[in-house]
Amino acid sequence: MSPKAYRRRLDIKNGRVDLSHGSGGRAMAQLIADVFHEALDNEWLRQGNDQAAFDVGAGRMVMTTDGYVISPLFFPGGNIGSLAVHGTINDVAMAGARPLYLSASFIIEEGFAFADLKRIADSMGEAARAAGVPVVTGDTKVVERGKADGVFISTTGIGVVPVGLNLSAEKACPGDRVIVSGTLGDHGVAVMSKRQNLTFDTAIVSDSAALHELVATMVTAAGSGLRVMRDPTRGGLAATLNELAQQSKVGFRIDEDALPVKPEVAAACELLGLDPLYVANEGKLVAIVAPEAADAMLAAMRAHPLGRDAAVVGEVVADDHRFVQMTTAFGGGRIVDWLSGEQLPRIC
Amino acid sequence: MKYVDEYRDGRLARSLASSIARIADPGRSYHFMEFCGGHTHAISRYGIEDLLPANVRMIHGPGCPVCVLPVGRIDAAIALAERPEVTLCTYGDLMRVPGSHGTSLLRAKAAGADIRMVYSTLDAIGIAEAEPERQVVFFAIGFETTTPPTALAIRLAAQKKLSNFSVFCNHVLTPSAIQNILESPDVRTLGTVRIDGFIGPAHVSTVIGTEPYNFFAEEFAKPVVVSGFEPLDVMQAILMLIAQVNDGRHEVENQYVRAVTPGGNARAKAEVAEIFELRKSFEWRGLGVVPYSGLRLKETYAAFDAERRFGIDYVPARDNPACECGAILRGVKKPVDCKLFGTVCTPETPMGSCMVSAEGACAAHWTYGRFRDHARRKAS
Amino acid sequence: MCLAIPAEVTELLPDGMARVTLDGVGKIVSVALVEDVAVGDYVVIHVGYALTKIDPEEARHTLALLAELAVAPAEGAP
Repeated sequence: MSPKAYRRRLDIKNGRVDLSHGSGGRAMAQLIADVFHEALDNEWLRQGNDQAAFDVGAGRMVMTTDGYVISPLFFPGGNIGSLAVHGTINDVAMAGARPLYLSASFIIEEGFAFADLKRIADSMGEAARAAGVPVVTGDTKVVERGKADGVFISTTGIGVVPVGLNLSAEKACPGDRVIVSGTLGDHGVAVMSKRQNLTFDTAIVSDSAALHELVATMVTAAGSGLRVMRDPTRGGLAATLNELAQQSKVGFRIDEDALPVKPEVAAACELLGLDPLYVANEGKLVAIVAPEAADAMLAAMRAHPLGRDAAVVGEVVADDHRFVQMTTAFGGGRIVDWLSGEQLPRIC
Repeated sequence: MKYVDEYRDGRLARSLASSIARIADPGRSYHFMEFCGGHTHAISRYGIEDLLPANVRMIHGPGCPVCVLPVGRIDAAIALAERPEVTLCTYGDLMRVPGSHGTSLLRAKAAGADIRMVYSTLDAIGIAEAEPERQVVFFAIGFETTTPPTALAIRLAAQKKLSNFSVFCNHVLTPSAIQNILESPDVRTLGTVRIDGFIGPAHVSTVIGTEPYNFFAEEFAKPVVVSGFEPLDVMQAILMLIAQVNDGRHEVENQYVRAVTPGGNARAKAEVAEIFELRKSFEWRGLGVVPYSGLRLKETYAAFDAERRFGIDYVPARDNPACECGAILRGVKKPVDCKLFGTVCTPETPMGSCMVSAEGACAAHWTYGRFRDHARRKAS
Repeated sequence: MCLAIPAEVTELLPDGMARVTLDGVGKIVSVALVEDVAVGDYVVIHVGYALTKIDPEEARHTLALLAELAVAPAEGAP
């Protein structure tokens, strides 16, 4: 009888990542097994290959890639791990595609606590399972102290687009309606509340969520009336609308009164001198839809838990200057311009 | 938000707009200067111009402390921050202000200078306490609203005997700037700039009160209405100014009665008087050298004066010759009059401070209002 | 340089500090520049400091004036 093979488990509670965990040896294999495979577990990871193989069905495929460098890593409503899963799924879903598989590559800073890494990996696993989209392959690297902000995560997502659906940023046309799926600015405010020199307390949590199921109901309800969808992450709704204006060569007219913003988010923005239009969202989308399909799509969105606060916020117009114009709640006009530089809290 | 939302009511805005249109004399035009950058921002951000009749126009004044900070002072701050032992703490507004040679605090930070954005002077004190090996310098700017917080921080540093904390002081005074504008040839003799009245700053006035404006109203025969920040406040103040002009009055009136009293905040004023004294003169971007317009730390608090501690030599630096910030700050020109506006000079690549600060006339116009330029061009 | 916002004092803290709340968002600020601050007062906050109290009577007065203008048919300023 051979002696029972003894392998000491990683000391998740107190241990830290060191350079040996990135060197390709036993330590790395153990890190991957004990932290990542356990958390993300699925049939592909269990095969233990460097790649994941799967059948390619009919239809057009969609591929997207993303990098996650958020700081702080843990924030109310999520962490860099759940964010990575949701964000990548959403990028795929914005094409109207059904997300199929994810990959995740981790660049970990020497000294990063196993406990934190496990929390992040566990969150990813939960998010992936809840969404039905597994992380089928990954990679791990360790860099010296100071060369990565704790951990950076890079992802790829693939999906398949239903036959006949061809959403594109060039498709918005004058008369189309602009619809947002819910309240704006939640994620950015939640993350900022944890930043060191801006401490304020709030019950606001990040809206980080996978939107693919909401998208599926929208695609069904709107049919060919759906032009394009985009998730307003960095730069907020303002960035998204300005991008779409350029790409579709149109302008927008937005109604400030129609924008859904939680009172607490509005208050936090006032305190910091921020404009909710520029604050990041991670569980919301903007959809441009033909006027005849707008009501049906809006109803479908409101029937879904992630679209309860969906609202028509404006429309597409012809505009050679590609301005995103807004009628303020006060009654006057202004434009919603591109964000300049980084949005720094204003005191003036 | 209480005491905020009520003053943003769109319905009331429309009735105020009709009242303004009713009393504005169609036979003349009215030009009012809002001094405070916060008012410039509010007017642009809410599109108040759209609610005013065509013969009532707002002129943006130099009430933006970021905009009036001379290039040389930014250069001095950057030089300070580049010292290896210094941690420079600054309000966010200053990060992108251009210094000489395309520098800025943001770029200096990217190049490795220890520059930290803070929300409050208390944060800077906290850093000084937490990192005793660093020389923490607070880059202080602002009008009378922002000066008491700096005063309190210095007093706190003295109490705590923080030997590693100092302040680079660039605080300036509102009445001096108003006087400078009113005495300028453009206004007084040449008539290039017609100013029929002033909207007095909101929160500067919570500190200094309304009394300091009496002098201007009398001496220069111009009405002053101190206004709150919210758009309804501004519109009510405009209504009050028009009424004064129509009546031939030039008084100081207070629209912001819920926060401003004639005497202001005695305690805040006392704190400032304890720590600071007047400089004989101070350079303002766009206005040149203005006598008795800036503050510096008193001798008793010299230990906390960064200029003394680090031997800062102020070197006046020239603005880009095509930059019209100076004329724009004085209300002589509009952003669109500047050759650089919108081409070379944008919020991404600001040439002058009017474009960097969110309340600078150029930034406000670019960010919120430039769509009107095209409409105007089409109309003419 | 006047970005300031009214917020309600919800708790007084030692060393001249207080917690203020604006629609559920809380922040700790200094009230050392304002005399006789009590819980329930509204103060104007600027760069982490309270600058003055909002006078509820005067606030009501201003709103009343504004509302009057909404119904006033004739000419004249308030």
